[in-house]
Amino acid sequence: MSNRLLTVEGLTTEFRTERGVARAVNKVSYNVDEGEIVGIVGESGCGKSVTQLSVMQLIPNPPGRIIAGKVWLDGADLLKYKRDSREMRGVRGARMAMVFQEPMTSLNPAMTIGRQMSEVMTEHLKISKKEARERSIDMLAQVNIPDPGKRADDYPHQMSGGMRQRVMIAMAMLCRPQLIIADEATTALDATIQAQLLELLYSVVEKYRTALVMVTHNLGIVARYANRINVMYAGGIIESGTVKEIWSKPMHPYTQGLLRCVPRLGEKLRPIRGMPPSLINRPGTCPFLARCGERRENCYREPATELTHVEGQHSTACAARLGRW
Amino acid sequence: MVTMINAETNAEANAETNAEANAEKNAETNIETNAEKENVLDVVDLKMRFPVRRGLLRRMVAEVKAIDGVSFSIKPGETLGLVGESGCGKTTLGRCIIRLYKPTEGLIMFEGQAISQRGKSELGRFRRRMSMVFQDPYGSLNPRMSSGDIVREPLEIHKLVDNRKEYKERVAELFTMVGLSPDMMDRYPHEFSGGQRQRLSVARALAGDPSLLICDEPISALDVSMQAQVLNLFGELQARKKNLSYLFISHDLLAVQYISQRVAVMYLGRIVELASSADLYSGASHPYSKALLSAQPRPDPFIEETRDRIILEGDVPTPLNPPAGCSFHPRCAYSTARCEKETPELRDVASGHFVACHRV
Repeated sequence: MSNRLLTVEGLTTEFRTERGVARAVNKVSYNVDEGEIVGIVGESGCGKSVTQLSVMQLIPNPPGRIIAGKVWLDGADLLKYKRDSREMRGVRGARMAMVFQEPMTSLNPAMTIGRQMSEVMTEHLKISKKEARERSIDMLAQVNIPDPGKRADDYPHQMSGGMRQRVMIAMAMLCRPQLIIADEATTALDATIQAQLLELLYSVVEKYRTALVMVTHNLGIVARYANRINVMYAGGIIESGTVKEIWSKPMHPYTQGLLRCVPRLGEKLRPIRGMPPSLINRPGTCPFLARCGERRENCYREPATELTHVEGQHSTACAARLGRW
Repeated sequence: MVTMINAETNAEANAETNAEANAEKNAETNIETNAEKENVLDVVDLKMRFPVRRGLLRRMVAEVKAIDGVSFSIKPGETLGLVGESGCGKTTLGRCIIRLYKPTEGLIMFEGQAISQRGKSELGRFRRRMSMVFQDPYGSLNPRMSSGDIVREPLEIHKLVDNRKEYKERVAELFTMVGLSPDMMDRYPHEFSGGQRQRLSVARALAGDPSLLICDEPISALDVSMQAQVLNLFGELQARKKNLSYLFISHDLLAVQYISQRVAVMYLGRIVELASSADLYSGASHPYSKALLSAQPRPDPFIEETRDRIILEGDVPTPLNPPAGCSFHPRCAYSTARCEKETPELRDVASGHFVACHRV
């Protein structure tokens, strides 16, 4: 039986903008078990990245602010810690690490790979510089960097995109975190390199039983690797379940639309009409209402439904599908 | 004295280039008569090299062989997909065909005429019959022009209509054709979403009534639901204008499979496989095509559960110094001594299925 590792409850994050307050994350609740792979899918602007940055407390403030919610990591209430407190710094990078989309901007261009990696460990663990370097080289070897002893003295620009992202994975794994958040970690890479890296990431988290949250817009990636997925739309989770539950029986009209947007041979694409709504001055009704092909009269009158359990691990936030009206 | 020498050498150089140009023109006319008239586009042994210059004097220290001998053709009303990873030359190929670049060698025949070496002034007419849709719907539209003017500009340049009323009608027609409301004509690009902007780019590209549209990653910058909308738009336009052909460049294999009749796979400046979409996706022969297809995760957990993947080792080599012989051999699981020395030619292995591999 696996244990609950991360619990997120009612997380809400807002950004102050020129045109008003934008609620980028709206009452998001989900959890991740030890060693589990959870996918978070949705289109740009749906809040999938901001949710993860909120969990890590990496939201720039101002303009952003977490206004409500709880985040527990292995029993510790993370939002009690201030953003830049010693406690939070001890969590970030050590117990929870993040791999971003752009390795070139997440690495320091003026520092060798080896030094950047050692720095992570001397910051979090009580080990000597020599030991830190040895562990860095060992970790580089584990992510299949050829000649790791020599490569540790390279600067980021001397490496290819795929190799830099492997360094990012190595760096995330250095302190043996319990949770890795990969935010579109392979999106910028070529297909064959992407496949190479995903297999690597998968084998590393398997080996150390690290939990993995994969944030992506690529349904193929979650279909292959994730145990469970959360579908996000306009700042909220609108459907969640095991990968098989979602694919065999998608309930929310948005999820169904998203699955139909994937080109299949011999089938005409049926795109979702319209565009996602603005996150400023949200009306409080279902955010998908304007684009939904199955809206009912009640959908216009009643406030949006919260994510509600259906069966197994499957939950949805569509009132019509839940049989409310 | 010095200037005189310069003048002399210049004159010599000019004479030389003129002779070269004439020779090329002759060659072009010779082939012109032989080339198949029915194809909208024929590309024959196209090569594009970019010089790499270093130092104060900008001396040429090396050459990048971005395209290294590519041949294919497109029939009227056909969609040819072009797939490959970054740096394989697919974008350069598209830009050579529309003559944003002048190819180093080889022949481009468009609507039965050679355009590979023509100068800028001789290209005007072809630019109308061939246009391009770019990847970035933000960078490729002038932010200071209204959307109506953006679509009107090509009509003006090619003098396709005479008076204001006609302009307006034609622009409105183009807007409707791509699924935009003509009421939006006065809006500026920033007021449009990514998907709408890409529709606007398509409207502009269609203004001159082209026979060939070169689409360079036209859906890569869009969200999944918008991608589906734009893909459908391309399909609808072709259904309406029967002779409209596409060269559809993308790294998204599923989208290419969906929209193309034939697909070419490029690796390091060469086509390694070219086949009908159905043949390629059900039975790719080249080890690289196989790996590329295998690398793309299928958006279906029930397929992914049992599907084995080929994972390639190593990175894509740089086109600055491509491996000798078959350029794929360092990453290929089946490479032999022959692959290290001899470059395989693209051969027809089964009526219209072309592969460049010694094993096949």
